[in-house]
Amino acid sequence: MQVGIDLGSRTIKTVALKGGAMLQRRVVESGFEPHRQALELLGDHPRARVVATGYGRHLMQQHADLDIITEIKAHALGARHLFPHCRTVLDVGGQDSKVIQLSENGRIVNFQMNDKCAAGTGRFLEMMAVSLGYDLKEFGLAAARAQAGTAINSMCAVFAESEVVSLKNRGVPPGDIARSVHLAVASRLAAMVQKTCDCQHLVFTGGVANNKTLVAMLERALGVPVLVPEDPSITGALGAALHAGTP
Amino acid sequence: MSDEFEVKSDRVLWEQLGMDVERFSGMPAMLTNAYKNIFLSQHNRPNNMAYFDDMVANIHTGRIREIYDAKQGGRPVIGTFCVYVPEELVVAAGGICIGLCGGAQGSIADAEKILPRNICPMVKSAFGFKVGRICPYFQVVDLVYGETTCDAKKKTWELLDRYVPTHIMEIPQMKRERDKRLWLDEVKDFKAAVERITDTVADFDAVAAGIKTINAKRFALQRLNSLRHHNPSPISGKDMLLIEQIAFYDEPVRFAKQVHELCDELEQRIGRGVAVAPTATPRIMVSGTPMALPNWKLHHIIESAGAIVVNEESCIGTRYYKDLIDEGATDLEGQLDRLTQRYMKIDCSCFTPNDDRIAQVFTEYEASGAEGIIDYCLQFCHTYNIEAVKLREACEARGIPFMAIETDYSPDDVGQLQTRVEAFLEQIKG
Repeated sequence: MQVGIDLGSRTIKTVALKGGAMLQRRVVESGFEPHRQALELLGDHPRARVVATGYGRHLMQQHADLDIITEIKAHALGARHLFPHCRTVLDVGGQDSKVIQLSENGRIVNFQMNDKCAAGTGRFLEMMAVSLGYDLKEFGLAAARAQAGTAINSMCAVFAESEVVSLKNRGVPPGDIARSVHLAVASRLAAMVQKTCDCQHLVFTGGVANNKTLVAMLERALGVPVLVPEDPSITGALGAALHAGTP
Repeated sequence: MSDEFEVKSDRVLWEQLGMDVERFSGMPAMLTNAYKNIFLSQHNRPNNMAYFDDMVANIHTGRIREIYDAKQGGRPVIGTFCVYVPEELVVAAGGICIGLCGGAQGSIADAEKILPRNICPMVKSAFGFKVGRICPYFQVVDLVYGETTCDAKKKTWELLDRYVPTHIMEIPQMKRERDKRLWLDEVKDFKAAVERITDTVADFDAVAAGIKTINAKRFALQRLNSLRHHNPSPISGKDMLLIEQIAFYDEPVRFAKQVHELCDELEQRIGRGVAVAPTATPRIMVSGTPMALPNWKLHHIIESAGAIVVNEESCIGTRYYKDLIDEGATDLEGQLDRLTQRYMKIDCSCFTPNDDRIAQVFTEYEASGAEGIIDYCLQFCHTYNIEAVKLREACEARGIPFMAIETDYSPDDVGQLQTRVEAFLEQIKG
C-alpha cells in the first residue's frame, strides 16, 4: 500500500492506493498543529511508502522524515492519472491558484502561481461568502440562481470586501453580488490559464473545483470543457500516493 | 568561524555620523544571526571567503571608519544607486564612490511614512534608510548622484534632496546617436559636479588612473564569475552574490586583489576536484533586477532547495562588470568618449528596444552551464516585469526552462517561493 498526504492551508488530505486502486481517502481540517493531525492520520503506516505534498510538506519532512514533492507535481500526477489526456491542470486551493502545463507525455513544461495575493483562491471565495452571510455551498447555488451580476472591480481580498459591503448598502440582492464575485474569480482564473497555455484538455482540481457554478462560468469564459475529478480536493494527495509507488 | 563571527558596533562613530543610534543598535545582532544562518552554515566554503566575511563583520564599523577618515582627509564621498553612474570619474577626482541601493525590509516602513506604498522596494528601502538615519553609508556621503532610469527613482530624488544634496543624471532610454550625445554631455556634467566637490580637476592622467582602477575591479569579477561557472561549482551562488554586493562598498584596489586571491584558490579547487556541490546539482541562472545588500532571499531559497545559482544577469552581477573601458585613448575627450561607449553597452530594461539583453542572457546561460533561468523581478519594476514576457518567449523557443517571479523584501511569500522554486527544480529534473 502506498499513501499520499497533502497538507494544504485549510485541510489535510490522504489517499491510500493498492495496486492502482484507491483503498481509502480522507479529508480533515488542518487545525493549529497540522503535523500532529497528519501523523495521527498516517498511524503506523510504513513511512517509506508515504509521500507528503502541500504547504506543510517540509513539516512532515522534519517530523516524520517523509519524501516530499511539491503540490504542482502532485496535482499534475493526480490529474494525469484520472484523465490520461490531460495537458493543463488548474488547481485552486485555499491559499493559492496554479496553472500547470503538461507535455504530451505528461511532463511539466511550464507553470504559473498567483503572486503574493489571495485573489482567485478558495480563501477569497470564503471571505466573500462570509461577508454575504452564505456558507460555501449556498454561496455557489445563490450565484447560479441569480439573474444579474454587477461588476466587481477589485480582486484584492481586502478591497473586494469593502466593495461587497458598499454593494449591499446600495440594496443589491446578495445573490447578485454572489454571482458577481463568481464571475470575477472565473475571469481571473481564465486569464491565468490563457496566459500559461492553450488550455486543451483542462482538468480543474483543488477544493474550489467543487463549486459547480464556478466550473460552468469557467467553461463559458474559456470556451472549452472543464474536466473535474469526482473528488477534486484529493487530487494532490492522489498524486503524492502515485509518486510513493515510483522507485 | 561561525561562533566567532559578529557584525561589529561602534556607537561613537554612529553618533558622529548623526545616526539614530538607539534604533540602529539592534541591527548588528540581527545581521550577525542572518549571516550565520545563510552564509556560515554552508559547507566547504573557500578559505578566502574570510576576507568577505570580515567585510560583513565590519560593514557598519571598520569600513565606515575607513571612509570617514578618508573623508576627514579631504576625499569626498559620493553615493550612487545605479551602474550607469560612472564611478571611474569619482575615483579620478579623488573621491570615494559607494552604492547606496537598499535591500532591507527594515527601512521600508520609514519610507512609507512619506512615499506611496506601491513602488519599488529597493527605492523605498534606500529612501527609508536616509529618512530613518539607519544606514551609516547614507550618513557618510557628501552628496548622492541619482539618475532617471525609472520613474520611482527619479521622482524620489526630488524628495531625497531634502535630506541630502541630490544631483540627477539623465540617462537616455534609447541608444540612437543623439541619445549618445546627450549621454556624453551628462557624463561631462557629472565629472564637473564631482570635481566641484573634490575641488580638483581630473586631467588625462587622473582619468586614466580612475579607469584603470575600476577596469581592474571589473576584470577581477569577470575572472571570478568564469571560474564559478565550472561544474562542479567551486563556490556557492550565495557567496558569489555577496562578493558582487561588496563590490559596491569596498575600496576598489584592495577588493580586486582579494578577488584575485579567491580566484587563485578556486583554480586550485578546480584542479583538485574540490566543489561546494556535486556535479549533478541542478544549476540555476538568475536574471533580472538587482539584489542589494542584505537581500539574499532568492539565492537562499534556491540553494536551500538543493540547487546552485551559477550566474546573476543583474546590475549587482554581470551587468556591472561584463564590459571594460578601452584604455587606449590619447586625450581626455577620447577617454570620455570611450567611457560613454562602455556605459552604453549596459542593457538595462529601461532602454527600448533592448534586444541586446536577451542575447546577453543566452550568452551567459551557455557560459554558466545553467539548466534553467529564474527571472527575478522586484515588485513594481515595470520595465523588467514586461521584458520578462519577451525573455520567456525566447526561452520557450530554445527549450530553456524559465520561471518568472515577482517579489519584494518581506518574508511573507517565502513559503510560496519555496514551492515555486522546488517545482521548477522538479520540472528541470523531469
